[in-house]
Amino acid sequence: MRMLVTDEDLARAAANGDGDAFSQLLERQYDRLFALCFRLTGTRADAEDLCQDICAALPAKLSRFDGRARVTTWLYRVAVNAAHDRRRKIAVHGKYAEGWGDWETARQASIAEEADRRDWLTGAMARLGDDLRDTLALVLDDLTHAEAGDILGVSEGTISWRLSEARKKLRAMREEELSE
Amino acid sequence: MTGKDDDFADIRAAFDAASPRPDPDRKAADLALARKNFDALQGSRDQERSNPARPASGLWRGARKMLTTLKTRGALTATTAIAACGLFLLTPAGQDMLRPLADPGALTEATAGRTEEAQSFDAPQPPAPVMMEPAPLAAPAERSRAVADMEVANGIARSMPQANEGLGIVPAFDDRVMVPEPNTEAFANEAPSGLLITAEAPVSTFSIDVDTASYALVRQMINAGSLPPPDAVRIEEMINYFPYDLPAPDVTDAPFLPSVSVYETPWNPDTRLVHIGIQGTLPDLAGRPPLNLVFLIDTSGSMNDPAKLPLLKQSFRLMLDELRPEDEVAIVEYAGSAGLVLPATRAADRTAILAAIDGLGAGGATNGQGGLEQAYDVADAMAEAGEVSRVILATDGDFNVGLSGIAELERFIADRRETGTFLSVLGFGRGNLDDATMQALAQNGNGTAAYIDTLSEAQKVLVDQLTGTLFTIASDVKVQVEFNPAAVAEYRLIGYETRALRREDFNNDRVDAGDLGAGHSVTALYEITPVGSPARLTDSLRYGPDEQAVDAADELGFLRLRWKAPGEEASQLIETLIPTETGLAGQEALFATAIAGFGQLLRDPSWLGDWGWDDAIALAADNRGDDPFGYRNEALRLMRIAQSLSSR
Repeated sequence: MRMLVTDEDLARAAANGDGDAFSQLLERQYDRLFALCFRLTGTRADAEDLCQDICAALPAKLSRFDGRARVTTWLYRVAVNAAHDRRRKIAVHGKYAEGWGDWETARQASIAEEADRRDWLTGAMARLGDDLRDTLALVLDDLTHAEAGDILGVSEGTISWRLSEARKKLRAMREEELSE
Repeated sequence: MTGKDDDFADIRAAFDAASPRPDPDRKAADLALARKNFDALQGSRDQERSNPARPASGLWRGARKMLTTLKTRGALTATTAIAACGLFLLTPAGQDMLRPLADPGALTEATAGRTEEAQSFDAPQPPAPVMMEPAPLAAPAERSRAVADMEVANGIARSMPQANEGLGIVPAFDDRVMVPEPNTEAFANEAPSGLLITAEAPVSTFSIDVDTASYALVRQMINAGSLPPPDAVRIEEMINYFPYDLPAPDVTDAPFLPSVSVYETPWNPDTRLVHIGIQGTLPDLAGRPPLNLVFLIDTSGSMNDPAKLPLLKQSFRLMLDELRPEDEVAIVEYAGSAGLVLPATRAADRTAILAAIDGLGAGGATNGQGGLEQAYDVADAMAEAGEVSRVILATDGDFNVGLSGIAELERFIADRRETGTFLSVLGFGRGNLDDATMQALAQNGNGTAAYIDTLSEAQKVLVDQLTGTLFTIASDVKVQVEFNPAAVAEYRLIGYETRALRREDFNNDRVDAGDLGAGHSVTALYEITPVGSPARLTDSLRYGPDEQAVDAADELGFLRLRWKAPGEEASQLIETLIPTETGLAGQEALFATAIAGFGQLLRDPSWLGDWGWDDAIALAADNRGDDPFGYRNEALRLMRIAQSLSSR
């Protein structure tokens, strides 16, 4: 019966205290959420930690799902904010060298080493910086610019501009690689 | 997905290849954790319903309600710090560390009066009021706002373990608080200047400020029926919004004349106000050099609002009438990409310029930096010896500096400042006006920032005061006042918080400061406490230094001004003595004082004692003077509206 139920229905039921609806909703969304966490953090370990943080805090946030937004928009907003919090926390604890940052340092040291596709990706994301990376992480999930803007709390125009910046940087990287 | 996103094909493919599948065990554990927390939360909710007056949850609720009403970016930063605290609380160490700190006495005190809110835990929230509620742990008035924010943060952090005990988790981040509201305005301000003790810090140094953006913003908000947030109020910009009839310099002397007067403070009979006025000369307009103006116009989608692009077009039409045939105008439009809409065109060719202005359209994203680069390049190409070049940036402030950030943008503008091109920033519309970015741009670009909310404001900035807006007569004007500890016990500069300079910066010609436009005047007010006055707030030192460079009991202080002729590297110095005699204040000084009172009532009335709106309004009304443009009458009207808003 629940097969026909939308995510939004589940979220509303969960907000009213239906635990099964909540579990089912999270089960449906988990893989997509995990993929987003990976794009936001860059390593499997960080993605797992972030995903756990989100799952732990999600019930407390559910009461504020207002039923008008799409579940993904709400969930992604929670995820992006949690990712920002994690970055801040990591920065506070002086461990910013983990994840993308750490990798970028290593990249500088062994710049001449062969770079497989995975490393190219990691380097690319590290070079984009937090804002562009977050934007790209959302848009690569086939969200519209308006949805991504809604989630990140910036205007649609800002998203378009960030993407054009990201495009420029990626192009520049490609050219660098070709000339090497 | 559009074809454009093919550019991301590489990275998308890489992600698809690299993205790990979630580990089934971790996934199961996460889902179980989520379910456990969900059930725990349901349980605790029921508990809260049956015991509605539980104080800890009341505090948490009240504090959160307050947080969601915060509007400024600074406040959002503060809330993110709180969220970071929350995350830390998730760890056992965090819990252990914080638990002993929880002071039941403080909590009870802080939650007094919040019981009602706790009872209505499940009631829908009323729309957030514009003004912030007083912090639960209200700081004494003389403490800075930042300190108060910190205490709020501490209060919440302390209450969290209690509020959520038995819950197993702490809401570590709050999406309602974290996501900036659609209104993304940011205001640039510092904590209000505090009292300084002459014996400890006799020298006060600041840069002049001729921006008027803050006054126009305050006016717009009051007219819209709400009091401005305190950080939107920059008192010096409110005072300097008005033209003052100060003594003008002789043509042969320095381009400006400082004047000093000392008079009784209206809000405190035991202190004095030192009024420092700087009046710029109005050069011979007939002989002014030709102007090169590059309009850099934001045509991003957000400008598509009657108060933005259409007002901007009308404003520029007004301004065009003030230009001379030999002046040149170019227009650069910036949105998704910057584009030259109108190459350098003599103002005589009105048809071409008007057509270009009319053709400006809103659409696309903002790319401020690309536009700035192009505008400065165009200005450089137009510049010829003896001409004055200025970039006029018109934006609603949704200025996407993106990755590079505001610091890089500032550096860019500061670099280009060296080429001799000036920058003016005109802000339009409300909602996402980035006042902080505008300030940063104007302060780093030898420029001014003005906020245009109505056609009459456009008239003031671009027509009535065009000469001052466009012609700089003195650059990097710095003010330094040394107070005589034998005559002045304490002093306080009213406003200029964002313009403070270090003492050593005064003589350092490489340190940038504000520029004075033709015919503009600048006013600064110090409130001083004379030695022996009952208003003195601090005790004198028993073992204070008893040496003085000069024996000068009849000198209140010494005023030094540094300025550069436009385009010159080396500064010149003007020095004036501030006498001790208290005189009768003139009409101009008293009107400035009334506006200073207005600003303080909006920002931080703690220095004013019983002196309130009625007094400020009466003082302003008595000192309106001729008021040929009606600015002062308008201020009076605003003060009356603000009075009724603040009594609500």
